[in-house]
Amino acid sequence: MSTPRDVDADFLALPLDALADAALQVARDAGAAYAAVRVQQVRETVVRVRDRAVEGTSDVTEAGLSVRVVLDGAWGFAATGSLDPGAAARTAALAVRSARVARPLVLRPVELAPVPVQQGTWVSSYEQDPFDVPADEQAGLLLGWGEQVLASGAAHAEAESWCVKEQKFYADLDGGRTVQQRVRMHPGVTAVVVADDGRVDTVRSLAPPVGRGWEHMVGPGAPLPLEVPGLAALAREKLAAPSVEPGRYDLVIAPSQLWLTIHESVAHATELDRALGYEAAYAGTSFATPDQLGSRRYGSDLMTVTGDRVVEHGLSTVGWDDEGVPAQTWDIVRDGVHVGYQLDRAMAAERGETSNGCAYADTPVSAPLQRMPNVSLAADPDGPDLDGLVAGVEDGILVTGDRSWSIDMQRFNFQFTAQTFHRIRSGRVEGMLRDVAYQASTPDFWSRLAAVGGPSTWSLEGALNCGKGQPGQAAPVSHGCPAVVVQGVSVLNTEQEGA
Amino acid sequence: MSATHPQPSGPRADVRVEDLVDAALEAGAAADDVVVVVRRDDATNLRWAANQLTTTGTTSTTSVGVVVVRDLEQGRAYGGLTRQVQDVAGVRRLVADAAAAAARAEAAEDAAPLVPGPVSAGFGEEPDEASPERLAGTARDLGELFARSQAEGREMFGFAEHTTTTTWTATSAGTRHRAVEPYGTVELNGKSHDRTRSAWAGTGSREPADVDVPALAAEVVQGLEWQASRVDVAPGRHRVVLTPSATADVLGSWLFGADARTAADGRGVFARPGGGTRLGERLTDVRLTVRDDPAHPVLGTSDVVAATSTDAFSSVFDTGLAVPGTRYLDAGVLGGLVSSRHTAALAGVPVAPWAGNLLVDLEGGAGSTADLVAGMGDGLLVTCLWYVRTVDEQTMLVTGLTRDGVYVVRGGEVVGATSNFRFNDSPAAMLGRVRGAGAPQVCLPRELGDYLPRAQAPALLVDGFHLSSVSEAS
Repeated sequence: MSTPRDVDADFLALPLDALADAALQVARDAGAAYAAVRVQQVRETVVRVRDRAVEGTSDVTEAGLSVRVVLDGAWGFAATGSLDPGAAARTAALAVRSARVARPLVLRPVELAPVPVQQGTWVSSYEQDPFDVPADEQAGLLLGWGEQVLASGAAHAEAESWCVKEQKFYADLDGGRTVQQRVRMHPGVTAVVVADDGRVDTVRSLAPPVGRGWEHMVGPGAPLPLEVPGLAALAREKLAAPSVEPGRYDLVIAPSQLWLTIHESVAHATELDRALGYEAAYAGTSFATPDQLGSRRYGSDLMTVTGDRVVEHGLSTVGWDDEGVPAQTWDIVRDGVHVGYQLDRAMAAERGETSNGCAYADTPVSAPLQRMPNVSLAADPDGPDLDGLVAGVEDGILVTGDRSWSIDMQRFNFQFTAQTFHRIRSGRVEGMLRDVAYQASTPDFWSRLAAVGGPSTWSLEGALNCGKGQPGQAAPVSHGCPAVVVQGVSVLNTEQEGA
Repeated sequence: MSATHPQPSGPRADVRVEDLVDAALEAGAAADDVVVVVRRDDATNLRWAANQLTTTGTTSTTSVGVVVVRDLEQGRAYGGLTRQVQDVAGVRRLVADAAAAAARAEAAEDAAPLVPGPVSAGFGEEPDEASPERLAGTARDLGELFARSQAEGREMFGFAEHTTTTTWTATSAGTRHRAVEPYGTVELNGKSHDRTRSAWAGTGSREPADVDVPALAAEVVQGLEWQASRVDVAPGRHRVVLTPSATADVLGSWLFGADARTAADGRGVFARPGGGTRLGERLTDVRLTVRDDPAHPVLGTSDVVAATSTDAFSSVFDTGLAVPGTRYLDAGVLGGLVSSRHTAALAGVPVAPWAGNLLVDLEGGAGSTADLVAGMGDGLLVTCLWYVRTVDEQTMLVTGLTRDGVYVVRGGEVVGATSNFRFNDSPAAMLGRVRGAGAPQVCLPRELGDYLPRAQAPALLVDGFHLSSVSEAS
């Protein structure tokens, strides 16, 4: 557990209460049933290195204020980059006008599930603020890693660090007022290798994005210093590997790949707004419909999936969501049965439930959407380690790292590739394979879940940029999971697919 | 406790953008070079589901990006920062912070002298503010559509947005350029019969009033009616007509793979084995052209580079450089690769900064999607593509899904609908399997629309489109 820290002084120095008071008064006078003001500041820095040079750096801070109202049963929303009380009041008036434009086109008035008034401050768990590390120092570290990759036989090396700090102030008509600050990072290093015949391939590091500070880059437990020295050798081995024979294989899937399968086939599929059709035109709907909640068999009995906004270092971990709902934990799939959805206050009201805190807006000018919490597959407390899982597989493939991903708009048919694939025969890992993709349909895939690894195989993985909504938003999300065995999965040869 | 940063916010209402630009140039006068890019986005949107409006929004944001350049004995270093600022004092702090970053930075590999760019008349003009009433006409059309759909047992879902981006670009080399880029999109997804049928149509326009919502609705209703009959089709290689939207997604994927840096590194389909690029090589006998054009009357974009950070597509040192428009695929020949001056030099190709739009046409292509279907014989009509991702950079193999309408064509007539499919195919390889095209039309790529809303493409007749497996999604 990191030492508790405070929200940065520069954010607290903004006239947060004055902005909220000015905007909320306009909404109150207009008769809004609900109104919330969100002042948000997001700073992102990216440093990119290619071979022995810095390719580019960026340092962008976005700050602004948004007002969201429910007026006569219609949502209204407006946002501005100006942070003065006059602008806040004008923005609230715009939000009211938006609701009035919308009202004639609303059939079912918006209702929000109630939530106890929340007040407080929350800061995520991290040791060293990455924004205290100058860009040239970040670049020096990345250049050093690139040099290691080149020196170990790669034709090219790429490295990057992506750091984000997100600060939010929330205030609503009910008296809720919260302040939050969190930090996240995603470093990556890629080795590019070229064969004598001109074929090219790459291997990227497995270090996940995580809600940590600079300690994720260097120091005890930092993953990249351990990974970088072997990247080029892995890539060369992959390039020389035999092409896979298509067919059905038992897959041992490492957390560095499985998180993405969970993300696409479970986490998105159990968003209630999707299941109800609110995302139908864009992100899509879901096969996991509300009429079968509690009875739908999602996967084998070994499958237990939770949603949470509390796990330390989780990318979806917060104190409160963007509708003032406190962070919590709940079941989504229990013993293979679908038992829970992700909810915001409007979705919860439609079902007569309370919100489990899944509203999130990615930028100061974005309206909160129902977004993913950390969605994680539980390890088997008595389960085997990775070697133990492999030992139980007669004819299979070990799948590690994420590469490409695609799933249909109802979350059935998916196809994934990975960073590396290793052949398993008679319980032992043999050499690498190349040109591998696995393809499945969600219910069939999870029904084939045959073994779940123990706590030693569990890892918190995730993404910084899960896309959803219109206008499009990108949200960070973590997925914790163990290594697993899934039996009889269809494996394609990508070279043959493209021939 | 972290180091504090200046308090950020958007400019006050009484602060003119021109004053911010002048203050930045003045504050950066001691630097070897300075670049200023002020960007204002005014947007309004409507979103609907199941015949009712679900969200509306009106937003206005202004950001100021500053790049301060420092000359070194060997090369040039830069510090770049982007923030919202409230006033001239905020701009001065921003420039000072960028200068501090430049003082610590190493030489940039893309360093070059700034170009003396253009000077725009009306540089100081401020744009109109965003307003929810901007889409009032669209909202009226939607109201009528919702009522009709409700009465006829259909549900409508979709999104309409209009954004005006105004960019002021100024540099110490003399550039003083203002670009105004208005554009909007409307997309409509209709469902019927307990949501077992689903059809889609979308388009873009410079002005909201130019979008014909009833025409989009008619396209959707036609699709829903075609889906009354179901015809099973096995996965495999099929002759298909891709609508303009699907064409734009395929060739947008092609364009995004056509960058000079990747080819210079020996990666991707545009690298020549043994070194160099395939520039000038005939990639296909099909006389297909893929280009961009900042001066397009509907899809027009800024005609100068305005970069505050460097990546594979652009360089901060190119800010002010003219964007001429490039024929990346010129009647089947590789005519250009997206590049900055730096990556163009690495690859040995002409400089081709991307204009931000996509224009596709086939020599001799004429008529509508329906005309192309009428002449295709047997095959499939694919409405749109979804979740398209690169599987293999070396062959440009991509995977993705069909979505919201795959129609079976027999003897040039639609006879029903079939399932959705996952496809695995390469846009680079598909170029050689194009057998015909309609006339180009403004369209909305379903998959790439967030990054590439400005597109014009024809329906394409393609042989051997590889449908790898059935998707149960309907």
